[in-house]
Amino acid sequence: MRGATHAGRAACAVVVALAATACGGGGGSTADGAAVFSSSWTDPQNPLEPANTNEVQGGKVLSMIFRGLKQYDPKTGEAKDMLAERIETPDSQNYTVTLKKGWTFSDGEKVTARSFVDAWNYGASLRNNQKNAYFFSYIQGYDKVHPAKGEQSAETMSGLKVVDDRTFTVRLTQKFSSFPDTLGYNAFVPLPRAFFDDHAGWLAKPVGNGPYAVDAYTKGSEMRLTRWGAYPGEDAARNDGVTLKVYTDNNTAYTDLMAGNLDLVDDVPAQQLGNVRGDLGDRYLNTPAGIIQTLAFPHYDKDWNKPGSAKVRKGLSRAIDREQITRTIFQGTRTPATDWTSPVLGAQGGYKKGLCGQWCEYDAAAAKKLIKEGGGLPGGQVKITYNADTGSHKLWVDAVCNSINNALDDDRACVGNPIGTFADFRSKSTTQKLSGPFRAGWQMDYPLPQNFLQPLYYTNASSNDGKWSNQEFDKLVDRANAETDVAKAVETFQRAEEVVRDNMAAIPLWYQNGSAGWSERLSNVALNPFSVPVYDQIKVG
Amino acid sequence: MGQYVVRRLLQMVPVFIGATLLIFLMVNVMGDPVAGLCGDRQCDPATAAQLRKEFGLDKPVWQQYLTYMGNVFTGDFGTAFNGQEVTELMSTAFPVTMRLTIVAIVFEVVIGITLGVVTGLRRGHPVDSGVLLLTLVVISVPTFVTGLLLQLLLGVEWGWIRPSVSTAAPFDELLLPGLVLATVSLAYVTRLTRTSIAENRRSDYVRTAIAKGLPRHRVVTRHLLRNSLIPVVTFIGADIGFLMGGAIVTERIFNIHGVGYQLYQGILRQNTQTVVGFVTVLVLVFLLCNLVVDLLYAVLDPRIRYA
Amino acid sequence: MPDQPFPSEGAIAGSGAGGAMNLAAGEAATLDRPPSGLPGGPESTGPEGAAPSAASAERPRSLWSDAWRDLRRNPVFVVSALIILFLLFISLWPSAIASGSPLKCDLAKAQQGSAPGHPFGYDGQGCDVYTRTVYGARTSVMVGVCATLGVAVLGSVLGALAGFFGGLWDSFLSRITDIFFAIPVVLGGLVLLSVVTSNSVWPVIGFIVLLGWPQISRIARGAVITARQNDYVQAARALGASNSRVLLRHIAPNAVAPVIVVATIALGTYIALEATLSYLGVGLKPPSVSWGIDISAASPYIRNAPHALLWPSGALALTVLAFIMLGDAVRDALDPKLR
Repeated sequence: MRGATHAGRAACAVVVALAATACGGGGGSTADGAAVFSSSWTDPQNPLEPANTNEVQGGKVLSMIFRGLKQYDPKTGEAKDMLAERIETPDSQNYTVTLKKGWTFSDGEKVTARSFVDAWNYGASLRNNQKNAYFFSYIQGYDKVHPAKGEQSAETMSGLKVVDDRTFTVRLTQKFSSFPDTLGYNAFVPLPRAFFDDHAGWLAKPVGNGPYAVDAYTKGSEMRLTRWGAYPGEDAARNDGVTLKVYTDNNTAYTDLMAGNLDLVDDVPAQQLGNVRGDLGDRYLNTPAGIIQTLAFPHYDKDWNKPGSAKVRKGLSRAIDREQITRTIFQGTRTPATDWTSPVLGAQGGYKKGLCGQWCEYDAAAAKKLIKEGGGLPGGQVKITYNADTGSHKLWVDAVCNSINNALDDDRACVGNPIGTFADFRSKSTTQKLSGPFRAGWQMDYPLPQNFLQPLYYTNASSNDGKWSNQEFDKLVDRANAETDVAKAVETFQRAEEVVRDNMAAIPLWYQNGSAGWSERLSNVALNPFSVPVYDQIKVG
Repeated sequence: MGQYVVRRLLQMVPVFIGATLLIFLMVNVMGDPVAGLCGDRQCDPATAAQLRKEFGLDKPVWQQYLTYMGNVFTGDFGTAFNGQEVTELMSTAFPVTMRLTIVAIVFEVVIGITLGVVTGLRRGHPVDSGVLLLTLVVISVPTFVTGLLLQLLLGVEWGWIRPSVSTAAPFDELLLPGLVLATVSLAYVTRLTRTSIAENRRSDYVRTAIAKGLPRHRVVTRHLLRNSLIPVVTFIGADIGFLMGGAIVTERIFNIHGVGYQLYQGILRQNTQTVVGFVTVLVLVFLLCNLVVDLLYAVLDPRIRYA
Repeated sequence: MPDQPFPSEGAIAGSGAGGAMNLAAGEAATLDRPPSGLPGGPESTGPEGAAPSAASAERPRSLWSDAWRDLRRNPVFVVSALIILFLLFISLWPSAIASGSPLKCDLAKAQQGSAPGHPFGYDGQGCDVYTRTVYGARTSVMVGVCATLGVAVLGSVLGALAGFFGGLWDSFLSRITDIFFAIPVVLGGLVLLSVVTSNSVWPVIGFIVLLGWPQISRIARGAVITARQNDYVQAARALGASNSRVLLRHIAPNAVAPVIVVATIALGTYIALEATLSYLGVGLKPPSVSWGIDISAASPYIRNAPHALLWPSGALALTVLAFIMLGDAVRDALDPKLR
């Protein structure tokens, strides 16, 4: 009996301890009464330099503390002048940029033409290891500061010249009519002297010219941003500040939102999508974003580069019931793809609904027939390779495989092939080690059809991991880039896209939406086409 | 005794070198980390080469290892891919995980041994069966399910606790994560204690003690428990190291930025510096725990002597 | 203690056959009286092998026959043995009780509850939970049993050697244990299993054994160190018993209890570990079917489709229960102290 009593006491102690936490824990994140809210975040993978940030989470911060020459409209995605007063060109190759007056960095330094030119030169220079350096590759002299091999032979790009405090010129190596529209990308923002003079200090507490200023940054756990009162732009923050909290798992962030410890989650986990309406009511948003998911193919593999291969790929495409997968697995947060771009471009901007036509429509009988005509699946089975560490890729790969298996009446026609880490997956896919289709996701850098086509399908382009190569496509893209008339350029890009379709270079799966859920304290929440919340417009209370 | 401790401390040197070498090789086997740094886009070859050079990845493995060890002895554990010093990561991660481990171990010791003693003294009793059933539930439901369920119930439905742990990670916020982390080990400790107690309660010294007319609780605590604890202590000792490095799932569910989190990130990004640095410290923790456990043997069982 | 086995006969008889299983067989030994080992008898069988050794039950008054008589009357043993037999049966012939294919999934039925012919309902991919649970038994039981056997054998041999011989042996083996203990499971899994392309269960089992043995080894070493101090061991030594004899017949039997306890619990955790490895993308690869894979796939949907989690977890719990009860019953039956 004694033992039992001891156990009883121990149990009581535990209950008391838990209850004590109950009293201590909980509660919202706003004790001070200011209109500050918290938002989920993930630790950026790279140091927060503008030209070194190539993922959404770092981009989130940059979009709060920086403003560039152009700014993409949160609703339409259209590139509008921000710091630029005007960008002029006589020939689509030589550009003159004139800045607006009155812009400063939050530390008081004036934003001048130098701030841009220095920043771009820094970003392009090989020595600085900037992962987005290739954004500057259209500028003349890039090959000197960033040679493909060997040491760099220049410090600055010869194509950039400061004319006066508010004017600089850019000379490109080729005609590129939509170049000004790319300038809203984070890599093109200006940098203050502090960035160069005290680099470590700047990284610990970045200074920019956007509507927010960094108040405190604890790497790996949180960043506190406050409204910059003297912000000269029109899109000043409508709240007092944002606290970005680092979450390892978006499920935890969602749970915290439900418990009232967090105000905004901009990545609702796929498994919770079914509960969102019940949990949050109308405090939930699901809008198109510039992301498309595709299945890429190893065109370097002779099994996938035979006369009948295009037919097999088309057959696989028709064996995937996109409608049902997006509805059941993703609860409508993905839309079945019918072209290779994204609806956020808009009909005038290059998106063409239904361009894929019947090849993207589910039809089991047609799929079977096409695959048979094309010589059957190489080896009798396709393995869809994906990385298991991020995203919920297993979910949809399994669903796609089940769909293919059902369509082909073969339990083993398709199996998923998980790879443990993203790094391993990337190193296998970029070095042509895969022998079957693999997942390919593309998030646009700027809302132009060029960005959805050239990097992915142009011969030897940076993200053409399947090594697809088609002269006709390359020619059409070159022509579209040189086209000064927007409508004509779009039309030419679409003709290039038709070449992709006819060869089924990659199977388009679905367009990804951005989703966000928020607490009762917030209103006016919106996501921009890059699926990043428009923080400055959010109202608290 | 003192000599024994010195000898054990000296033995740590080869283990330390062996373990770091093993981990170093393992991370290297995983392949090229640079490909993962550029997102869904291929790094341009020049930048990739530059990055490899900067992280020393262009050198042969043995040279990388020697350079690394040389740096470690001067206290430089290298830099993570996001530009942070590994020592900086350690100084924030280890205290958090240490607190979490302490909470878990306290749960193991208090609940596990108590339940073990109770069930060991009362084999076949309903209490015993009840605890067995509980143990089973704990074992068969993976930690991530237990964790998510408790988090949802206590954190959201009933609102008793914060579902996630704040950056400071004080002890009171770590109670639930600690309990979740301890669950499987709790099952082990309970069963081990139970078996040990059941076995020893019939031994001569216990009978003697009872025959002497000692009060029952004195027999249990002074004689029975003390002699039954050796396997339990062994288990808990090894568990400390395991909990410190193995809390990946729990730390993830409760958003704790501790060792498990850093280690997992390091592994996923194939960041040799982070992984080897953290594992090195973990190896040291293991070695110290073992030493303490071995010394405890002598305390618990006076017949064991170290020379 | 009326059922005490005869002390004298065959005390030194029955040559100390090698093999790790003797550790378990030797469990029959009493404190200071080695078992009346029947010539060529049960030394070569493990505790689970106690049942097949029924042949020797014919002979009266041996420890094994006593144990067997005890076990037969013990409802705990009977129930657990029946469960295990049933598990083995469905592992070998899953189609006997499940007619469909575990790979046939219809997304339209995702997360639906039970329906006629589909008593357990459907999981998140629209696969039949009943069929998958039945088919998952083979892989899961195989991983659990084989990994546990491997870990128990390797771990107890090395641990016993370290604890028994002490000194340099101990230092060497213990430090190797330390190194293996220090390897994070996730790292080990990602490294060692990512190079494997086969989708059989053996790499997973091998991996679990490789990283699992230090746990048992530690426990065995601690138990052997304790047992080594006992008077009967000193006595056996004084009588001139060889090292192997002392270790196998006198120490091992008294040190094996904690090993059995940890091993039977570990069996369940290994099945769950397979789930974690699959979750990380390095465990069993599709189209393998296992409880672990299903548990990890169903757990995020715990709020919407708890049944998809309940059944594979329940099957896992039942399996663990059966093995823990069996281990307990056999151990008790063979331990005269508890008679």
